Amino acid sequence: MNKLLLLFGLSLTALFGGGAIEGDVTKSDLNIPAIVMFLAFVLATLGITYWASKRTQTASDFYTAGGGITGFQNGLAIAGDFMSAASFLGISGLVYLKGYDGLIYSIGFLVGWPIILFLIAEQLRNLGKHTFADVASYRLRQLPIRTLAAFGSIATVLLYLIAQMVGSGKLIQLLFGLDYSVAVILVGLLMILYVTVGGMLATTWVQIIKAVLLLSGATFMAIAVMSHYGFSFESLFQAAVDAKGTEAIMSPGGLVSDPVSAISLGIALMFGTAGLPHILMRFFTVSDAKEARKSVFYATGFIGYFYILTFIIGFGAIVLVSTNPEYLDIAGNLIGGNNMAAIHLSHSVGGDIFLGFISAVAFATILAVVSGLTLAGASAISHDLYASAFQHGQADEKSEMRISKISTVSLGIIAIFLGILFEQQNIAFMVGLAFAIAASTNFPILFLSMFWKGLTTRGAVIGGSLGLITAIVLVVLGPIVWVQIFGNAEAIFPYKYPALFSVTVAFVGIYFFSVTDKSDSADKEREAYEAQFIRSQTGIGAEGAVAH
Amino acid sequence: MEQSIVDRVKSNPKFEQLVKERSSFAWKLSILMLVVYYAFIMVIAFSPETLGASIGDGVTSIGIPIGIAIIIFSFIITGVYVYRANNHFDKLTADIKKGAKGE
Repeated sequence: MNKLLLLFGLSLTALFGGGAIEGDVTKSDLNIPAIVMFLAFVLATLGITYWASKRTQTASDFYTAGGGITGFQNGLAIAGDFMSAASFLGISGLVYLKGYDGLIYSIGFLVGWPIILFLIAEQLRNLGKHTFADVASYRLRQLPIRTLAAFGSIATVLLYLIAQMVGSGKLIQLLFGLDYSVAVILVGLLMILYVTVGGMLATTWVQIIKAVLLLSGATFMAIAVMSHYGFSFESLFQAAVDAKGTEAIMSPGGLVSDPVSAISLGIALMFGTAGLPHILMRFFTVSDAKEARKSVFYATGFIGYFYILTFIIGFGAIVLVSTNPEYLDIAGNLIGGNNMAAIHLSHSVGGDIFLGFISAVAFATILAVVSGLTLAGASAISHDLYASAFQHGQADEKSEMRISKISTVSLGIIAIFLGILFEQQNIAFMVGLAFAIAASTNFPILFLSMFWKGLTTRGAVIGGSLGLITAIVLVVLGPIVWVQIFGNAEAIFPYKYPALFSVTVAFVGIYFFSVTDKSDSADKEREAYEAQFIRSQTGIGAEGAVAH
Repeated sequence: MEQSIVDRVKSNPKFEQLVKERSSFAWKLSILMLVVYYAFIMVIAFSPETLGASIGDGVTSIGIPIGIAIIIFSFIITGVYVYRANNHFDKLTADIKKGAKGE
């Protein structure tokens, strides 16, 4: 059971944690081709940011690119959000290490997308304007719901940001030979620049460019690997088995039966993805429900294709990297750790220039992901807290924009500061916690507000808070924080993923405190469901981002 | 939203048809996806050797085409939904919107 947990934990951290590189890394020599290509990327994206700034006049432009992104573009951008550097390096590293197990994890991350499409994508677009809290608070009281949703968003974004910053600092140190703190500050400053100047339009295009670069680079690597073996999977796998000296890499390995953890992780991934503010926000960048559904279709295709590529890349690294002393240290381990498998493979198949390209793409990927996160965090502060909750929707657009930019800069500075502070800390729990909070607070409120007439403000606030508290407490009492960080002998809560329990608490809590809510305002909220339901199903009233 | 629009949409039989057909379609596809995924996970948890069995005389295991097939299935099933929504649900929605304006 522990192995299962550990493996799932590794994958979750590796894929989303930015924990691409764990532990100590040494600074390498300056990598000139990588730096040149990265500078080219930065110049190009700054050009786009300048172009985007001319088109970013209103709050709607800033948060959602004016709703003018097409389904195809948004699909690429969603895929860009999902294919983080940690995902690219982490999953190919996992395949390199464990073979088949890597494929199992990629599947877990993919299957949430069809569910998001079937159940929430269109309704979200029809009801919301800038943030998912627009939907959650549609017929409920603004102040309490917005505050809770903003808290859930900011907590998720900050945990995720820290994990990305720490991972990126270590990765850049390794790839480019820059100092850890220089790398973190550079990432933070560029991200502030993209978001404050170019808003969602610039962030979207940075995501799109990066997704295209990453998919092209990974495709090239996969083709290069396959061409070594006459495009025969059997020959590739045979060579990998020979190199590893075992057929274990061809089957699920080290996974002992523990259905509770498997189901709990599945829930965390599925509902967590459907509760991540930066992912949900992407659905407001398209014009209507039709484009929203097309976005998910394209995103699922790109992400699935990407996972197949990383599987081939991992096996390619087994045969081409693990057998080449150039990439190994004295003990026979990969230089920089297993998650560097794809990076070494890029050198093996394409020399210094291609290594530079892939390193630059990895850096670009980090920038794109942190920009999306920061924008989501800033909009929770300026749109949900400032404009909707505290100014009761009466804030003028100029001051809301000003607050959003101040929030972006503040979040950027906090991220840089925390990134440096947490350099030597164990951050493995952070991404798991971010997913747990998203799944146990954001998702249940959002889902029930769309599908359940009986939801009331009291139920949403109490149930959502209970979910939030349960998720935090169970993570703290669980194996990672209680044992690994606090150094206790045994975990009080035995499972690494609390989602099964905390999501249940949230749903039961919301249900109980809603049905027992006999107040007049609760009756009004139930009555308002009908009009909301008609809008969510048909989009009537959603055109042109009508104020509500 | 004005009450008159709400009443017009509510009394439109096409609205009932849209809600009924779309939610039943969406829930069926969701359940199908969940069954496929959790069946895969349960085989891994309880009988990993099933997926590790070689195909023919080679080293390639049966789990590899199955895993790739689940990825492709996820993509196809989203395509199925989008196709039906674009061609059927959107038409119903357009009719309902016309009716809502009182045309």
